[in-house]
Amino acid sequence: MDFLKMFSKSSKNSKNVAKERLKLVLIHDRADISPKFLQMLESDIVRVMSEYVEIDEEGLDVKMTRTKRESDGSSVPALVANIPIIKVKDRG
Amino acid sequence: MGKVIVITSGKGGVGKTTTTANIGTGLAMLGKKVVVVDADIGLRNLDVVMGLENRIVYDVVDVVEKVCRLKQGLIRDKRYEGLYLLPAAQTKDKSAIKPEQMLELCNELKEEFDYILIDSPAGIELGFQNAVAGADESIVVTTPEISAVRDADRVIGLLEAKGLNSPKLLINRIRPDMVKKGDMMNIEDMIDILAIDLLGVVPDDEAIVVSTNRGEPVVSDQSTLAGKAYNNISRRIMGEEVELLNFDHEEGKFTRIMKILFGK
Repeated sequence: MDFLKMFSKSSKNSKNVAKERLKLVLIHDRADISPKFLQMLESDIVRVMSEYVEIDEEGLDVKMTRTKRESDGSSVPALVANIPIIKVKDRG
Repeated sequence: MGKVIVITSGKGGVGKTTTTANIGTGLAMLGKKVVVVDADIGLRNLDVVMGLENRIVYDVVDVVEKVCRLKQGLIRDKRYEGLYLLPAAQTKDKSAIKPEQMLELCNELKEEFDYILIDSPAGIELGFQNAVAGADESIVVTTPEISAVRDADRVIGLLEAKGLNSPKLLINRIRPDMVKKGDMMNIEDMIDILAIDLLGVVPDDEAIVVSTNRGEPVVSDQSTLAGKAYNNISRRIMGEEVELLNFDHEEGKFTRIMKILFGK
Protein backbone atom coordinates (compact mmCIF):
# COMPACT_ATOMS: atom_id res chain seq x y z
CA MET A 1 0.00 0.00 0.00
CA ASP A 2 2.76 2.40 1.01
CA PHE A 3 4.64 1.46 -2.06
CA LEU A 4 1.62 2.28 -4.20
CA LYS A 5 1.22 5.63 -2.48
CA MET A 6 4.84 6.49 -3.13
CA PHE A 7 4.42 5.50 -6.70
CA SER A 8 1.33 7.62 -7.27
CA LYS A 9 2.97 10.62 -5.66
CA SER A 10 6.08 10.42 -7.75
CA SER A 11 4.16 10.11 -11.00
CA LYS A 12 2.37 13.10 -12.47
CA ASN A 13 -1.41 13.29 -12.04
CA SER A 14 -2.97 11.83 -15.16
CA LYS A 15 -5.22 14.85 -15.59
CA ASN A 16 -2.16 17.08 -15.91
CA VAL A 17 -0.77 14.75 -18.55
CA ALA A 18 -4.12 14.97 -20.36
CA LYS A 19 -4.17 18.74 -20.12
CA GLU A 20 -0.65 19.13 -21.46
CA ARG A 21 -1.27 16.75 -24.35
CA LEU A 22 -4.54 18.47 -25.16
CA LYS A 23 -2.96 21.93 -25.16
CA LEU A 24 -0.31 20.79 -27.60
CA VAL A 25 -2.69 19.06 -29.96
CA LEU A 26 -5.01 22.09 -29.97
CA ILE A 27 -2.20 24.45 -30.86
CA HIS A 28 -1.64 22.39 -34.01
CA ASP A 29 -5.38 22.02 -34.69
CA ARG A 30 -6.09 25.70 -34.32
CA ALA A 31 -3.14 26.91 -36.35
CA ASP A 32 -3.80 24.23 -38.94
CA ILE A 33 -0.11 23.34 -38.93
CA SER A 34 0.90 19.72 -39.39
CA PRO A 35 4.00 18.19 -37.81
CA LYS A 36 5.30 17.67 -41.36
CA PHE A 37 4.95 21.38 -42.12
CA LEU A 38 6.77 22.22 -38.90
CA GLN A 39 9.54 19.80 -39.86
CA MET A 40 9.96 21.54 -43.22
CA LEU A 41 10.02 24.93 -41.56
CA GLU A 42 12.59 23.73 -39.04
CA SER A 43 14.98 22.37 -41.67
CA ASP A 44 14.73 25.58 -43.71
CA ILE A 45 15.47 27.73 -40.67
CA VAL A 46 18.46 25.55 -39.85
CA ARG A 47 19.74 25.72 -43.41
CA VAL A 48 19.60 29.51 -43.51
CA MET A 49 21.13 29.94 -40.06
CA SER A 50 23.91 27.46 -40.79
CA GLU A 51 25.33 29.90 -43.31
CA TYR A 52 26.12 32.26 -40.45
CA VAL A 53 26.49 30.18 -37.31
CA GLU A 54 27.27 26.64 -36.21
CA ILE A 55 24.15 25.14 -34.64
CA ASP A 56 23.84 22.47 -31.96
CA GLU A 57 21.29 20.36 -33.80
CA GLU A 58 20.88 18.05 -30.80
CA GLY A 59 19.52 20.89 -28.69
CA LEU A 60 17.25 22.26 -31.39
CA ASP A 61 13.63 22.86 -30.37
CA VAL A 62 11.04 24.35 -32.71
CA LYS A 63 7.39 24.31 -31.67
CA MET A 64 4.06 26.02 -32.03
CA THR A 65 2.58 27.78 -29.03
CA ARG A 66 0.21 30.65 -28.37
CA THR A 67 0.91 34.20 -27.42
CA LYS A 68 -1.14 37.31 -26.65
CA ARG A 69 -1.08 39.89 -29.39
CA GLU A 70 -0.09 43.25 -27.95
CA SER A 71 -2.51 45.34 -29.99
CA ASP A 72 -5.75 43.75 -28.75
CA GLY A 73 -4.75 41.03 -26.29
CA SER A 74 -6.21 38.25 -28.47
CA SER A 75 -4.51 34.87 -28.48
CA VAL A 76 -2.61 34.07 -31.68
CA PRO A 77 -0.38 31.16 -32.74
CA ALA A 78 3.34 31.75 -32.33
CA LEU A 79 6.39 29.87 -33.50
CA VAL A 80 8.98 29.43 -30.78
CA ALA A 81 12.43 28.32 -31.86
CA ASN A 82 15.22 27.55 -29.41
CA ILE A 83 18.37 27.15 -31.47
CA PRO A 84 21.62 26.75 -29.49
CA ILE A 85 24.59 28.31 -31.29
CA ILE A 86 27.97 26.65 -30.89
CA LYS A 87 29.95 29.39 -32.57
CA VAL A 88 29.60 32.19 -35.03
CA LYS A 89 31.15 31.41 -38.37
CA ASP A 90 33.99 33.50 -39.59
CA ARG A 91 32.51 35.50 -42.40
CA GLY A 92 35.77 37.01 -43.58
CA MET B 1 -40.72 34.82 -31.38
CA GLY B 2 -38.91 31.72 -30.21
CA LYS B 3 -35.24 30.93 -29.98
CA VAL B 4 -33.45 28.11 -31.82
CA ILE B 5 -30.65 26.44 -29.86
CA VAL B 6 -28.50 23.73 -31.44
CA ILE B 7 -26.94 21.09 -29.17
CA THR B 8 -23.72 19.80 -30.69
CA SER B 9 -20.34 18.26 -29.78
CA GLY B 10 -18.37 16.98 -32.74
CA LYS B 11 -17.61 13.68 -31.02
CA GLY B 12 -20.32 11.07 -30.73
CA GLY B 13 -21.47 9.49 -27.50
CA VAL B 14 -20.88 12.45 -25.20
CA GLY B 15 -24.58 12.92 -24.42
CA LYS B 16 -26.07 15.32 -26.97
CA THR B 17 -29.37 13.47 -27.19
CA THR B 18 -29.73 13.03 -23.43
CA THR B 19 -28.93 16.72 -23.02
CA THR B 20 -31.51 17.76 -25.62
CA ALA B 21 -34.20 15.59 -24.04
CA ASN B 22 -33.50 16.87 -20.55
CA ILE B 23 -33.19 20.55 -21.35
CA GLY B 24 -36.33 20.32 -23.48
CA THR B 25 -38.27 18.63 -20.71
CA GLY B 26 -36.73 20.96 -18.12
CA LEU B 27 -37.85 24.06 -20.02
CA ALA B 28 -41.35 22.63 -20.49
CA MET B 29 -41.56 21.89 -16.74
CA LEU B 30 -40.73 25.56 -16.19
CA GLY B 31 -43.75 26.53 -18.26
CA LYS B 32 -42.21 27.11 -21.67
CA LYS B 33 -43.51 25.86 -24.99
CA VAL B 34 -40.73 23.70 -26.38
CA VAL B 35 -40.05 21.52 -29.40
CA VAL B 36 -37.08 19.16 -29.57
CA VAL B 37 -35.98 18.36 -33.12
CA ASP B 38 -33.93 15.26 -33.94
CA ALA B 39 -31.57 16.28 -36.76
CA ASP B 40 -29.75 12.95 -36.79
CA ILE B 41 -31.39 11.63 -39.95
CA GLY B 42 -30.88 7.88 -40.34
CA LEU B 43 -29.88 7.35 -36.71
CA ARG B 44 -33.03 8.40 -34.88
CA ASN B 45 -32.66 8.31 -31.10
CA LEU B 46 -34.23 11.32 -29.45
CA ASP B 47 -37.60 9.52 -29.64
CA VAL B 48 -36.46 6.59 -27.47
CA VAL B 49 -34.65 8.79 -24.97
CA MET B 50 -37.86 10.82 -24.61
CA GLY B 51 -39.97 7.64 -24.43
CA LEU B 52 -42.08 8.66 -27.44
CA GLU B 53 -40.95 6.01 -29.94
CA ASN B 54 -44.36 4.36 -30.20
CA ARG B 55 -46.14 7.52 -31.23
CA ILE B 56 -44.26 8.40 -34.41
CA VAL B 57 -46.25 8.72 -37.60
CA TYR B 58 -44.43 11.36 -39.63
CA ASP B 59 -40.88 12.69 -39.33
CA VAL B 60 -38.83 15.80 -40.05
CA VAL B 61 -38.17 14.74 -43.66
CA ASP B 62 -41.92 14.36 -44.27
CA VAL B 63 -42.39 17.86 -42.88
CA VAL B 64 -39.72 19.55 -45.05
CA GLU B 65 -40.88 17.62 -48.12
CA LYS B 66 -44.43 18.70 -47.28
CA VAL B 67 -45.71 15.13 -47.23
CA CYS B 68 -47.56 16.24 -44.11
CA ARG B 69 -48.26 19.53 -42.40
CA LEU B 70 -45.94 20.70 -39.61
CA LYS B 71 -48.65 20.16 -36.99
CA GLN B 72 -49.06 16.53 -38.10
CA GLY B 73 -45.35 15.86 -37.76
CA LEU B 74 -45.12 17.13 -34.19
CA ILE B 75 -45.62 14.60 -31.39
CA ARG B 76 -47.07 16.03 -28.23
CA ASP B 77 -45.57 14.68 -24.99
CA LYS B 78 -48.67 14.04 -22.89
CA ARG B 79 -46.68 14.02 -19.63
CA TYR B 80 -45.46 17.61 -19.94
CA GLU B 81 -47.61 20.53 -20.99
CA GLY B 82 -46.09 22.37 -23.93
CA LEU B 83 -43.47 19.75 -24.91
CA TYR B 84 -43.27 18.44 -28.49
CA LEU B 85 -40.93 16.21 -30.49
CA LEU B 86 -40.14 16.36 -34.19
CA PRO B 87 -38.46 13.01 -34.85
CA ALA B 88 -35.76 12.24 -37.42
CA ALA B 89 -36.39 9.94 -40.35
CA GLN B 90 -34.90 6.52 -39.79
CA THR B 91 -34.80 5.09 -43.30
CA LYS B 92 -33.40 8.07 -45.17
CA ASP B 93 -29.92 9.58 -45.06
CA LYS B 94 -28.56 12.98 -44.15
CA SER B 95 -28.79 14.34 -47.68
CA ALA B 96 -32.61 14.11 -47.43
CA ILE B 97 -32.61 17.65 -46.00
CA LYS B 98 -30.78 20.75 -47.16
CA PRO B 99 -29.60 23.55 -44.85
CA GLU B 100 -32.04 26.01 -46.51
CA GLN B 101 -34.97 23.71 -45.74
CA MET B 102 -33.83 23.40 -42.15
CA LEU B 103 -33.63 27.18 -41.85
CA GLU B 104 -37.16 27.51 -43.20
CA LEU B 105 -38.41 24.87 -40.75
CA CYS B 106 -36.75 26.65 -37.82
CA ASN B 107 -38.32 29.96 -38.81
CA GLU B 108 -41.72 28.31 -38.96
CA LEU B 109 -41.25 26.67 -35.53
CA LYS B 110 -40.17 29.99 -34.01
CA GLU B 111 -43.67 31.36 -34.56
CA GLU B 112 -45.18 28.61 -32.41
CA PHE B 113 -42.61 27.83 -29.72
CA ASP B 114 -40.53 29.62 -27.08
CA TYR B 115 -37.59 27.26 -27.52
CA ILE B 116 -36.60 25.05 -30.44
CA LEU B 117 -33.83 22.61 -29.46
CA ILE B 118 -31.97 20.92 -32.31
CA ASP B 119 -30.20 17.66 -31.50
CA SER B 120 -27.24 17.64 -33.89
CA PRO B 121 -25.67 14.42 -35.18
CA ALA B 122 -22.01 13.72 -34.39
CA GLY B 123 -19.44 14.85 -36.93
CA ILE B 124 -18.99 18.09 -38.85
CA GLU B 125 -20.44 17.13 -42.22
CA LEU B 126 -23.83 17.76 -43.79
CA GLY B 127 -25.83 16.57 -40.77
CA PHE B 128 -24.05 19.14 -38.61
CA GLN B 129 -24.45 21.85 -41.27
CA ASN B 130 -28.20 21.12 -41.32
CA ALA B 131 -28.46 21.20 -37.54
CA VAL B 132 -26.82 24.61 -37.24
CA ALA B 133 -28.49 26.18 -40.30
CA GLY B 134 -31.39 27.76 -38.43
CA ALA B 135 -29.79 28.15 -35.01
CA ASP B 136 -29.64 31.42 -33.07
CA GLU B 137 -27.51 30.02 -30.27
CA SER B 138 -25.49 26.91 -29.56
CA ILE B 139 -24.58 24.57 -26.74
CA VAL B 140 -21.40 22.49 -27.03
CA VAL B 141 -21.46 19.27 -25.01
CA THR B 142 -18.20 17.68 -23.92
CA THR B 143 -16.94 15.12 -21.42
CA PRO B 144 -13.66 15.35 -19.48
CA GLU B 145 -11.72 13.34 -22.06
CA ILE B 146 -9.01 14.51 -24.43
CA SER B 147 -10.84 13.32 -27.54
CA ALA B 148 -14.14 14.99 -26.61
CA VAL B 149 -12.52 18.30 -25.64
CA ARG B 150 -10.46 18.33 -28.81
CA ASP B 151 -13.57 17.82 -30.95
CA ALA B 152 -15.43 20.45 -28.92
CA ASP B 153 -12.67 22.93 -29.73
CA ARG B 154 -13.00 22.17 -33.43
CA VAL B 155 -16.78 22.55 -33.32
CA ILE B 156 -16.52 25.86 -31.44
CA GLY B 157 -14.35 27.14 -34.29
CA LEU B 158 -16.89 25.97 -36.88
CA LEU B 159 -19.82 27.49 -34.98
CA GLU B 160 -18.05 30.82 -34.73
CA ALA B 161 -17.26 30.68 -38.44
CA LYS B 162 -21.01 30.27 -39.04
CA GLY B 163 -21.70 33.42 -37.05
CA LEU B 164 -22.90 31.52 -33.98
CA ASN B 165 -20.81 33.53 -31.59
CA SER B 166 -20.36 32.71 -27.93
CA PRO B 167 -21.36 29.05 -27.82
CA LYS B 168 -22.01 27.82 -24.28
CA LEU B 169 -20.23 24.83 -22.77
CA LEU B 170 -21.96 21.92 -21.08
CA ILE B 171 -19.60 19.52 -19.32
CA ASN B 172 -21.14 16.09 -19.05
CA ARG B 173 -20.21 12.99 -17.02
CA ILE B 174 -17.91 14.61 -14.50
CA ARG B 175 -16.77 12.09 -11.86
CA PRO B 176 -16.09 14.05 -8.67
CA ASP B 177 -14.10 11.18 -7.12
CA MET B 178 -11.72 11.02 -10.06
CA VAL B 179 -11.39 14.81 -10.24
CA LYS B 180 -10.45 14.82 -6.57
CA LYS B 181 -7.72 12.25 -7.17
CA GLY B 182 -6.34 14.30 -10.05
CA ASP B 183 -7.25 11.62 -12.55
CA MET B 184 -9.84 13.63 -14.46
CA MET B 185 -9.72 17.14 -15.87
CA ASN B 186 -11.78 19.51 -13.75
CA ILE B 187 -14.17 22.27 -14.79
CA GLU B 188 -11.53 25.01 -14.69
CA ASP B 189 -9.16 22.94 -16.83
CA MET B 190 -11.73 22.63 -19.60
CA ILE B 191 -12.90 26.24 -19.49
CA ASP B 192 -9.28 27.33 -19.54
CA ILE B 193 -8.59 25.27 -22.66
CA LEU B 194 -11.80 25.96 -24.60
CA ALA B 195 -12.17 29.59 -23.51
CA ILE B 196 -15.98 29.76 -23.71
CA ASP B 197 -18.67 30.44 -21.11
CA LEU B 198 -19.90 27.57 -18.99
CA LEU B 199 -23.61 26.76 -19.12
CA GLY B 200 -23.52 23.90 -16.67
CA VAL B 201 -22.03 20.67 -15.42
CA VAL B 202 -23.77 17.30 -15.25
CA PRO B 203 -22.27 14.58 -13.07
CA ASP B 204 -21.86 11.00 -14.21
CA ASP B 205 -25.00 9.66 -12.56
CA GLU B 206 -26.45 6.13 -12.69
CA ALA B 207 -29.87 7.75 -12.52
CA ILE B 208 -29.42 8.78 -16.17
CA VAL B 209 -29.03 5.17 -17.28
CA VAL B 210 -32.08 4.16 -15.25
CA SER B 211 -34.24 7.01 -16.51
CA THR B 212 -33.17 6.46 -20.13
CA ASN B 213 -34.07 2.78 -19.76
CA ARG B 214 -37.55 3.90 -18.79
CA GLY B 215 -37.85 6.67 -21.38
CA GLU B 216 -38.33 9.35 -18.74
CA PRO B 217 -35.85 12.23 -18.82
CA VAL B 218 -33.95 12.40 -15.51
CA VAL B 219 -34.81 16.10 -15.05
CA SER B 220 -38.29 14.98 -13.97
CA ASP B 221 -36.71 13.41 -10.87
CA GLN B 222 -35.42 16.27 -8.75
CA SER B 223 -34.09 13.90 -6.11
CA THR B 224 -31.21 12.98 -8.42
CA LEU B 225 -28.04 15.01 -8.85
CA ALA B 226 -28.25 14.86 -12.65
CA GLY B 227 -31.91 15.88 -12.53
CA LYS B 228 -31.03 18.94 -10.45
CA ALA B 229 -28.16 19.79 -12.77
CA TYR B 230 -30.47 19.76 -15.82
CA ASN B 231 -33.06 21.83 -13.99
CA ASN B 232 -30.37 24.42 -13.19
CA ILE B 233 -29.21 24.44 -16.80
CA SER B 234 -32.77 24.97 -18.05
CA ARG B 235 -33.18 27.90 -15.68
CA ARG B 236 -29.89 29.43 -16.81
CA ILE B 237 -31.09 29.21 -20.41
CA MET B 238 -34.15 31.19 -19.35
CA GLY B 239 -31.83 33.88 -18.04
CA GLU B 240 -31.90 33.06 -14.33
CA GLU B 241 -28.69 33.21 -12.33
CA VAL B 242 -28.22 29.81 -10.75
CA GLU B 243 -25.16 28.67 -8.83
CA LEU B 244 -23.28 25.61 -9.99
CA LEU B 245 -24.21 22.43 -8.16
CA ASN B 246 -21.76 21.48 -5.46
CA PHE B 247 -20.68 17.89 -5.98
CA ASP B 248 -18.92 17.99 -2.62
CA HIS B 249 -15.32 18.08 -3.77
CA GLU B 250 -12.77 20.60 -4.96
CA GLU B 251 -15.10 21.75 -7.71
CA GLY B 252 -17.10 23.40 -4.93
CA LYS B 253 -14.62 26.23 -4.96
CA PHE B 254 -15.85 27.07 -8.37
CA THR B 255 -19.40 27.74 -7.30
CA ARG B 256 -19.98 31.29 -8.16
CA ILE B 257 -22.95 33.02 -9.58
CA MET B 258 -23.21 32.32 -13.24
CA LYS B 259 -24.16 35.17 -15.46
CA ILE B 260 -25.17 33.29 -18.49
CA LEU B 261 -27.97 35.08 -20.19
CA PHE B 262 -29.20 33.43 -23.29
CA GLY B 263 -29.97 36.53 -25.26
CA LYS B 264 -32.35 38.49 -23.09
